[in-house]
Amino acid sequence: MEKRVVFRSAWLPYALLAPQLVITAVFFVWPASQALYQSVLLEDAFGLKSQFVWADNFTALFRNSDYVSSFGRTAVFSILVAGLAMGIALLLAVMADHVIRGATTYKTFLIWPYAVAPAVAGALWVFMFNPRIGIVAYAMHSFGYDWNHQIKGEDAFALITVAAVWKQISYNFVFFLAGLQAIPKSLLEAAAIDGAGPGKRFRSIVLPLISPTSFFLLVVNIVYAFFDTFGIVHATTSGGPAKATEILVYKVFNDGFIGLDLGSSAAQSVILMTIVILLTVVQFKYIERKVAY
Amino acid sequence: MVERRPWLTLLAHVTLAIGVLMVAFPIWVTFVASTHRPEDIMTAPIPLWPGTQLLANYSELLFSGLKNPSAGGVPLWRMMANSLVMALIIAIGKIVLSFMAAFAIVYFRFPFRMAAFWLIFMTLMLPVEVRIVPTFKVVADLGMLNSYAGLTVPLLASATATFLFRQFFLTVPDELAEAARMDGAGPLRFMKDILLPLSTTNIAALFVIMFTFGWNQYLWPLLMTTDRQYMTVVMGIQRMINVADTDPQWPMVMAAVILAMLPPVAIVVVLQKWFVKGLVETEK
Repeated sequence: MEKRVVFRSAWLPYALLAPQLVITAVFFVWPASQALYQSVLLEDAFGLKSQFVWADNFTALFRNSDYVSSFGRTAVFSILVAGLAMGIALLLAVMADHVIRGATTYKTFLIWPYAVAPAVAGALWVFMFNPRIGIVAYAMHSFGYDWNHQIKGEDAFALITVAAVWKQISYNFVFFLAGLQAIPKSLLEAAAIDGAGPGKRFRSIVLPLISPTSFFLLVVNIVYAFFDTFGIVHATTSGGPAKATEILVYKVFNDGFIGLDLGSSAAQSVILMTIVILLTVVQFKYIERKVAY
Repeated sequence: MVERRPWLTLLAHVTLAIGVLMVAFPIWVTFVASTHRPEDIMTAPIPLWPGTQLLANYSELLFSGLKNPSAGGVPLWRMMANSLVMALIIAIGKIVLSFMAAFAIVYFRFPFRMAAFWLIFMTLMLPVEVRIVPTFKVVADLGMLNSYAGLTVPLLASATATFLFRQFFLTVPDELAEAARMDGAGPLRFMKDILLPLSTTNIAALFVIMFTFGWNQYLWPLLMTTDRQYMTVVMGIQRMINVADTDPQWPMVMAAVILAMLPPVAIVVVLQKWFVKGLVETEK
């Protein structure tokens, strides 16, 4: 789509675009190209000399069991976070779409965790689960489970999953509710007259009609679990205990910024970049399809 | 409603109530903990009803800060002020830059127009997390560490806001630009007097989203600031929790958590209509 009516000026459009483009070039494109460049170099311990090593940094990564297990951990983490956050949000959205009285009140109370920073959400839950004084840990102790995320890897993993899901429900809820409210009521009424009960209507009308929303949310949730959860991990477990919560973003930060292993960190950056680009492409393919409907 | 099914309605209310409880319970526990003395939060079970230290805790935290070495000495109002400055510059800056860029792309024809569009689009695929070290190096080389400029300028480019404005400008009738031109208004005049007023709802929606985004930044200020004077409240909390060899001062930490989430939550709840619009529209 293009405008028929346009203005003419030799310099104005460039002047208007300049600030955005300069920032993009200096802080986005240049650093990304540096990451690409460094991912094929090997620096010596003092950072004095570097040597071109082709894909050695990448093959070294995939031979490194730490990296491979971090990859698997991140995959499990994103599937859990996306699945739980979307499942709970869909359930709540279906219920909120059903009730008439009080719907807005419920909505207000359900959407605000969106505004809570991941690191702050992490702080909330680390207090709830604190092995000595946390209220949830206390409840679990009284049921006989000895919760301690500071020592047990699987407990720490559960902790970051709960915090990440808690924060993401509100986002998914907003989109599912918008999707549900866009379904024409006449369709549901027609099905009801034909004798379809609520369960049947949900399966054969509602679910197919919100599948574009679900697919979109799936991509967004995976991106969220991959990248935005850095704050949760850093503020609560710092990747521990014994790397049990070291997801890929945390590893990039830790290896590059704390461990100063530039070649490996750059190669990890490039892999993450590839993942984002793939997800974005998938996302845009979906938008094109939606327009075609 | 399609038919009357009282049991289903009851089930819906019960489910929603459980959902609200799940969402709100951690906040209640946090708030309660922030109103007690540290001694009361030392052994389980911790109290579930507010204590008497509300004013004492919050005023000590806001005006003198914590006493532990890693986050100590900086009063919380200072961190809150840093967060506010950062969030406002990012929100307003992103809106202004994207508005101008979208205007140029929609209302002008010039060489490299599509190239500029794609360059902006690329920022979507390059979150800070994938280019940590090289971006840090650029900012360090420019001498922007420990400054508000370093905290905000690198985050001002926004592909989503530019797209939103572009989509909106494309729906503005051509007749408006034609009429403006006939009346002798130049492009800048048209932008300021016609497009800007038409865009107010979009700007409000973007502001809610971008303010929250700016306030909640974590990794970026972590990289950019070593000077405590520039610490933001969201990253300050991490320092308060991870103290070496001792227990965190829980009531204080929890008070900081409440204060850190208050401004963005207030904005999202009060401007709920625009928040939902902004969220749904920017993701299209």
